[in-house]
Amino acid sequence: MNTVATRTARRRRLPLAPRTKPSIFPRMKPDQLLHPAPAGLYCPAGDFYIDPVRPVARALITHGHSDHARAGHGAVLATRETLDIMAIRYGADFCGAMQAAAFGERIDLSGVTVSFHPAGHVLGSAQIAVEKAGLTIVASGDYKRGADPTATPYEPVPCDIFITEATFGLPVFHHPEPKGEMGKLLTSLRQFPERSHLLGAYSLGKAQRVIRLLRDCGYDAPIYIHGSLARLCDYYVSRGIALGDLRPATTERSSPADFRGAVVVGPPSAFADRWARRFNEPLVAFASGWMMVRQRAKQGGVELPLVISDHCDWPELTGTIRELAPREVWVTHGREEALVRWCELAGIPARPLHLVGYEDEGD
Amino acid sequence: MRAFATLLDRLVLTPSRNGKLTLLADYFRDTPDPDRGYGLAAIAGTLDLKSVKPALLRELVLERMDEVLFRYSYDYVGDLAETIALVWDEERKERVPDEAQPRLGAVVSRMNALGRTEVRGAVRDLLDRLDPSARFAFLKLATGGLRIGVSARLAKQALADFSGRDVTEIETLWHGLSPPYEPLFAWLEGRADRPVLATPAIFHSVMLANPVGEGDLDALDPADFAAEWKWDGIRVQLSAAGSTRRLYSRSGDDISAAFPDVLEAISFEGVVDGELLVGGTARMNSPTRTFSDLQQRLNRKTVTPRMLEDYPAFVRAYDVLFEGEADVRPQSFSDRRARLGEMIEKAPHDRFDLSPLVPFGSWAELETIRRDPPDPVIEGVMIKRLDSPYQAGRMKGPWFKWKRDPFNIDAVMMYAQRGHGKRSSYYSDFTFGVWTDGPDGPLLVPVGKAYFGFTDAELEVLDRYVRNNTTDRFGPVRAVRAEPGYGFVLEVAFEGINRSTRHKSGVAMRFPRIARLRQDKLPADADRLETLMAMVEAKEG
Repeated sequence: MNTVATRTARRRRLPLAPRTKPSIFPRMKPDQLLHPAPAGLYCPAGDFYIDPVRPVARALITHGHSDHARAGHGAVLATRETLDIMAIRYGADFCGAMQAAAFGERIDLSGVTVSFHPAGHVLGSAQIAVEKAGLTIVASGDYKRGADPTATPYEPVPCDIFITEATFGLPVFHHPEPKGEMGKLLTSLRQFPERSHLLGAYSLGKAQRVIRLLRDCGYDAPIYIHGSLARLCDYYVSRGIALGDLRPATTERSSPADFRGAVVVGPPSAFADRWARRFNEPLVAFASGWMMVRQRAKQGGVELPLVISDHCDWPELTGTIRELAPREVWVTHGREEALVRWCELAGIPARPLHLVGYEDEGD
Repeated sequence: MRAFATLLDRLVLTPSRNGKLTLLADYFRDTPDPDRGYGLAAIAGTLDLKSVKPALLRELVLERMDEVLFRYSYDYVGDLAETIALVWDEERKERVPDEAQPRLGAVVSRMNALGRTEVRGAVRDLLDRLDPSARFAFLKLATGGLRIGVSARLAKQALADFSGRDVTEIETLWHGLSPPYEPLFAWLEGRADRPVLATPAIFHSVMLANPVGEGDLDALDPADFAAEWKWDGIRVQLSAAGSTRRLYSRSGDDISAAFPDVLEAISFEGVVDGELLVGGTARMNSPTRTFSDLQQRLNRKTVTPRMLEDYPAFVRAYDVLFEGEADVRPQSFSDRRARLGEMIEKAPHDRFDLSPLVPFGSWAELETIRRDPPDPVIEGVMIKRLDSPYQAGRMKGPWFKWKRDPFNIDAVMMYAQRGHGKRSSYYSDFTFGVWTDGPDGPLLVPVGKAYFGFTDAELEVLDRYVRNNTTDRFGPVRAVRAEPGYGFVLEVAFEGINRSTRHKSGVAMRFPRIARLRQDKLPADADRLETLMAMVEAKEG
C-alpha cells in the first residue's frame, strides 16, 4: 500500500542516501586496520587489542588506570612505567609475558608497526600509533595538554585517523589553571585552620599530581595519605617525582587533634567511609574535572571543589583535532555526540566508536 | 565581581553555620567599598538590579554557538545560568586576569543606568569580560535566581563577627540604611560614628525568652510574674510612623508586602510586638486558625485578593516598644502593657487584639494550665517579670517560655542519608514511618525525617544499624530493613502536626527529632497512621 506516510518517508530519505566518494585511503580501509570488537579496539592484521576490557592473547596498554589496564592478558606491550604500575596494582604475575616500549620506538607486530608516544595523562601514559600500508591510526587513550610535572607532556603524532577520548567533550568544560585551583585549598587552610582538609583524588595519577602541585605552591608541611596511595606514591618518587614529606593517615591510636589543619589525600570513596572519622571537623575537597559543574559537587557532599583534570577540556580537544588535522576522527568514551557534532561543523569527518567499559577512574 | 563569585561558590557548598560566618566575615574584611556593600545586599536580598530575561540570555548565547552543542550542554548541566557561564568562552583558553574583570559595584551601577535598548549589548560585554565563576554570579543576580542558603540574619551576624559590634545594634540600623551600606561599614570598622537614621519605622531587635529549665522557677515568686499564652504563629514587629508602615519578622526581615491587610488597618503610631496569626480576633469572637493556614500567607512577595479573603491575617499584641516617638522600652512590663491595651482598644477590632493574661496562683497551677491549653493554636505559656524593661536579645531571667509537652510517637526507621561536614561519614538523617493498611497487609508509610535529638554515642548505634541492614541504595540514600519482626524503632518527638497534601501519608510534623532509640521494641509495636490522624483531628477541634 502506497500511503502518504511512506511516500514522504521515501522522498525524505533520498538526499541522505550514501554517496560514493573516491576513497581517501587508497591502500587500506581504516576499519580493516583497527575496529571495535567486544573485547576492545582490535587490529586483525597484528592480532592485538588496545586497552582490552577482558583478557586477550595480546594487549597494548595505553596507561595504568584500571578501566584501560586489566589483569589476565597473555602478552602485554606497554611503557615501562605502565608495566610497573600494573605490577603494583595486580601483582607481578598480572600477565603471561610483558614487553616494555620506549617512547618513539617502532615495533613490528606481524607486519603492523606500532609505536608509543607521550599522552600527558598520568605517569607512563602513551598514545599508540598503528601503521600499515601507508595508513596511520593513533589511539590516544586518555590524554591532556595542560602542564603536569608528573607525566611526560603530550606530543602530537601526525596521523590519518585520530582516535580521541571525549570524557569532557562538552563545551561547558574549561579546566582552569591548576595552581589557581590549588590556591583555593591553601586559602581554605588559612580560613579554617582547625579543620582537617580531606582532598579526594584518584589513587593513580591525580593523587600524586595534587601532592606535587601543593609542593609547587610552596606547601611544605607533611601531607597525610590514605593507605591505598602509599605504593603508587613510592613508585612516583622512585621515578624522580619528589612528593615531599608524606605520612600515613592510617596509623593506629591517632586522635582527631593530630590532624588539625592537615591536608589528607585519599580516594574520594574513603571520605564517605568510617575511615574519615579519625579527622578533625573534616572539610571535603575533591580534585576532578567533574567539579566544573556545581551540582556534581553538591551531590557528592564536596565543600571545596577543585577543577583539576587529567583529561582534555573542550578547548584542548578541539584544539588538538585542529592541530593534527587528521582525515577522520573517531570519538570514544565520554560525550561522543557533542565532539562529533563539532567535527561536523568544522568539516572534519567524524564518528563515534561506541567502545564499552571505559569509565572515568582517572578523573 | 571575582571576590563575590568566590564567596558564592563557597557558601553554596558549605553546610555549617560557623563555616558560612567565617566565609562572610572574611569577605567583608577583605573586600573594598562599595563592592562588599553590594555583596551584602545581594545576600540579604536588598540588592536592586535591572533584571535580564532568560530568553535574552538564550539569544545571546546562540549568537555565538551552535544550537545543538548548546542543547547538549544545557541538558548536561541543567541550569541555564550555569550553562551559559560555562559555554560562553567556547574555545577560548586564556584566563581573564582578576584585575581586568569588572568589580561588583561597577556591574551594579552600569546595569542600573542602562536604557531598555542598551541591555543586550551591555550583558554581552559583561559576559565577555567576566570569568566563568563571576559570570555565573552575575547571571544569577540578573535573573533573580540567587539561592545560597544564607539568611539576612546570618549576614548580619557575620557583620557582627567581623566588627565586634553587637548584632542587635546592626539589626536596629539595618532598615534605615541601603546598599552599598558605606556608612555602616565605616562605623563597623571604627572609622565613623554610628549612622544617624533619617528613615522612621525601622526595626528594633526583639526581646526573647529562655525555656524553663529544671528548677528555674523554684526560687521565683509567682506574684512577681505575669503569664500569657504562647501562640503558634510567627513573632512580628509592627512599626508605624506617619505614612510609613512596616511589618518585620523577628529576625528583622521586612515582610510588609505580603500583609497589606494588616498594614492598612494600623491606626496607631509606634512600634508594637506581637504574634502574626490567621483567622479572626478574640474581639470578633472567632477562632484563631492553625499554623498551616498561616503558612499559606508566608514567604510570598505579593498576595492575591483571594488569599486575603481566605486567610485573613491579624496581630495579637504582646508588647509596645514605642508609643508615637516615645521610647517606652525602659518602662516596666506592667506599665507597657497598660499603654498597649489602650492602643489596641482603639485599633480596628478585626485586625488587632490583645494577648490575654493567664491568671495563676502558683507554679504548680500554671503547670496544669500549660499542659492543657484551651485553644489548639497555643503552644505553651510565656512568663514575664512584671517589672522587666524591654531588652533586646535573650536575657536569662526576665522572660521564660514554657512549652506544652511535645507529641511522641514510635516510628520505624525506613531510610537513612549521610550528613554533612562533621557528619559526612555518618548516616545521620533518618526518614521514619508508621504502619497503615496496604493492599497486602500492614505497610510502612513515611511520615517525617529527623536529623537531631540523639547523642554522638547513639549516632554510632544508628549508623551501624544502617550499614549492616541496607536493603537498597538510591544515590546518597540507603533503604534499611524494616519489617514487623525486624527493624529499628525510634521514639520521635515533635511540636505539632498538620495535614499535608504534599506528603503521601497526609500529615506533616513540625520540628521532629529523635527522642529515644527504642531497641527494646519491635517494629510491629510502632504506632499506626490513625494515631497521627487522630492528633491532627484533635488539634483541628
